[in-house]
Amino acid sequence: MAIIGNPKYEERVKEHLAKYETTRSAVMPLLYIAQEEYGWVNAEGISEVAQILNLDPTQVKSIAGFYTMYSEKPKGKYWLHVCTDLPCALNGADDFYAWLKEELGVADGETSADGMFTVEHVMCLAACDQAPMLQCNFRYIENLDQDKMRALLAKWRQEAAQSANGTG
Amino acid sequence: MHILLRGRDIANIKAFDVYEAHDGFTGLKKALAMQPAEVIDIVKASGLRGRGGAGFPTGVKWSFIPQHEPVKFVTVNADESETGTFKDREIMEENPYQLIEGSLICAYAIQAKAVYIYLRGEFWDIGDQLDACIDALREKAYVGSNIMDSGYDCEVYTHLGAGAYICGEESALLNSLEGYLGQPRVRPPFPAQKGGGLYKEATVVNNVETLANVPFIMTEGADAFKAIGTAQSSGNKVYCVSGHVKRPGNYELPMGTSFRELLYEHAGGPLHEDRPFKAMLPSGGSGPIVPLTDEVLDTPMSYEDAESIGTIIGSASIIIMDETVDMTWVASKVTKFFKHESCGKCTPCREGTYWLDKVIDRILDGRGSPDDVKRIADVAENMAGTTLCALGDFAANPIIHTIRHFPEDFAQHVQA
Repeated sequence: MAIIGNPKYEERVKEHLAKYETTRSAVMPLLYIAQEEYGWVNAEGISEVAQILNLDPTQVKSIAGFYTMYSEKPKGKYWLHVCTDLPCALNGADDFYAWLKEELGVADGETSADGMFTVEHVMCLAACDQAPMLQCNFRYIENLDQDKMRALLAKWRQEAAQSANGTG
Repeated sequence: MHILLRGRDIANIKAFDVYEAHDGFTGLKKALAMQPAEVIDIVKASGLRGRGGAGFPTGVKWSFIPQHEPVKFVTVNADESETGTFKDREIMEENPYQLIEGSLICAYAIQAKAVYIYLRGEFWDIGDQLDACIDALREKAYVGSNIMDSGYDCEVYTHLGAGAYICGEESALLNSLEGYLGQPRVRPPFPAQKGGGLYKEATVVNNVETLANVPFIMTEGADAFKAIGTAQSSGNKVYCVSGHVKRPGNYELPMGTSFRELLYEHAGGPLHEDRPFKAMLPSGGSGPIVPLTDEVLDTPMSYEDAESIGTIIGSASIIIMDETVDMTWVASKVTKFFKHESCGKCTPCREGTYWLDKVIDRILDGRGSPDDVKRIADVAENMAGTTLCALGDFAANPIIHTIRHFPEDFAQHVQA
C-alpha cells in the first residue's frame, strides 16, 4: 500500500498540486487520499503526504488532528456519524442515538465487536429538516427511525459478508 | 417567485442546457460587456447584503479591493456549518450553475485571477457536482482563459474542508485553504487588503447565497432587486426552519416577511397543536434567543427589524422550540457545540466554553447552586468581545440570553 508511485492516485495528486498557488494548500486533499488508501490517517500516510508536499510530518499531523473528518485511528467498515445537535435533538435525535448505541452494544466513539460499525455523535450536518439523520461513510441518510435503521444495518452487514466472500 | 431555490420551479435546472435556457449566463454576459467598476456599482445599488450572517453590503465589500493589485482572488464560503442552517446545500445541490455564474461576475468585478469554492468536507458530493459543472463550463469557454471572448481569464476550483465550524469564519477559511490550521487571523490586514487575503493577496470572501443572488441583479437590474424586501434589506432570503414546526425546510421569501407568516403559513405552525411555541433562535446557535411572543411573531424578518427585538437575522437558520423545551437544556446543547468547535486559539473562548459546559452539566444534573447560574452568566459576559473572531461572542449568546429571558428554567434546577 502506498500513495507515492500508485497509479490510482497519480492523476489526482497532480491535479491538486496544480490548482493551488502553494504546494502546502494541497495538504487537505492529500490527507483524504491517505485516508482512502490506508482506511485511516496512519503514520505512513502522514509521511507520504509530507514527502509529496516537502513539509515536516509534524506539520501534516497537526492538520490531520485539527479536523474531525480525518481519523487518526482505525475504525470499523462503516462510520456512522449521527447528528445530535439542537435542531435534530428537538426531533428525537438523542433518543435515536441512544437506541443505536444500545443496538450495536457500543458507547460513543467505539467500534462494534464485529468490527463493522464505528458510531460517533457529530455537530450540525446541514440536514436539520430531515432529523433524525446520519452520515454513513460521509453519505447522507435522512428521516431515520428504528425500523429504517435496523434494515440499513442488516443491509450493510449483508454487503460486507458478500464482499468478504468475493461475491459482492 | 424563487430567485435562489429555482430548482423548485424549473425541473433539472442543475443541467447546463436547462440553466442556460432560463436566462443562465445572461448576467455574466452583461457584466463582461461593462467596466468592472460598473458591475460593482450595480451590486452596490441593489442593496444586496451578505447572507452568511454579518449582513455587510456586498458591493461595498467588493469596492474595498484595490484595483491596482495584480493578483486578486474570490473565495466562496460554502462551509455551511451553523447549527440549523441548510440553505447553501439546497442552492448548490439544485442550482449549482447560478452560484458559479455569481462567483464569476464577482471575479470579473474585482478582476480576480481565480475563484476557490471552500465546501465543508461533508459536502464532498456537492463538490463532485460543482467540479463537473466547472469542467463543462471550461469546455464552453465560460471558465478559464478568454471567457466568452472578453479577454478576461479566470479559473474556478473547489476545495473540501474536513469538519471544522470555525472555517466558516473568513480568516480561518483562508488559513485552512492555505494548508494551515483553520484558526482566525489577527486583523488588520483584512482579507480585502494586500497581505490579508488568500496567499496574502486581496480577496473577496462571500457566502454561497450572497453570490447566487448576483446573476439576477445583473440580468434584471439593481432596481428590480431593490423592489423586493425592505428599505435596508433588499431581495429574497432563504429561511431555514427547523425544530417544532409541522413543515421544517427552506423557504425563500422577501426580506421583511413576518416571522408569523413564515412559521404559520409556510412552516405549518406548531408541530403538536396543543404545545404552543415558546422560543426561537433566529440565527442558529450563534444569535440571541427570543421568546416567541406576539410582538416577535409580527416582526418583519429584516436586518434592521431583528435588531429591534434584540436579536439578529444572521444566516436565518430559525430553530423553533415549543413549551416542552427546557432552556437550560438548550443552553447546554448550544454550549456543547461551541465547546467542540472552538479552535483553541483564544483563551477566553477555549477555556470559557469548556467551563460553561461543565457548570451547565452540573446545573442540569441537579448538583448546581443559584451561584452557578450567576457564574455562567459572568463567564459568558467575560468571553464576549475578548476573542479574535466572533465565535467567542456566539458562544456567550446562548447563555446570556437564555438566562435573561427564561430565568425560571434555570431556577428550577438549582432550588434546594
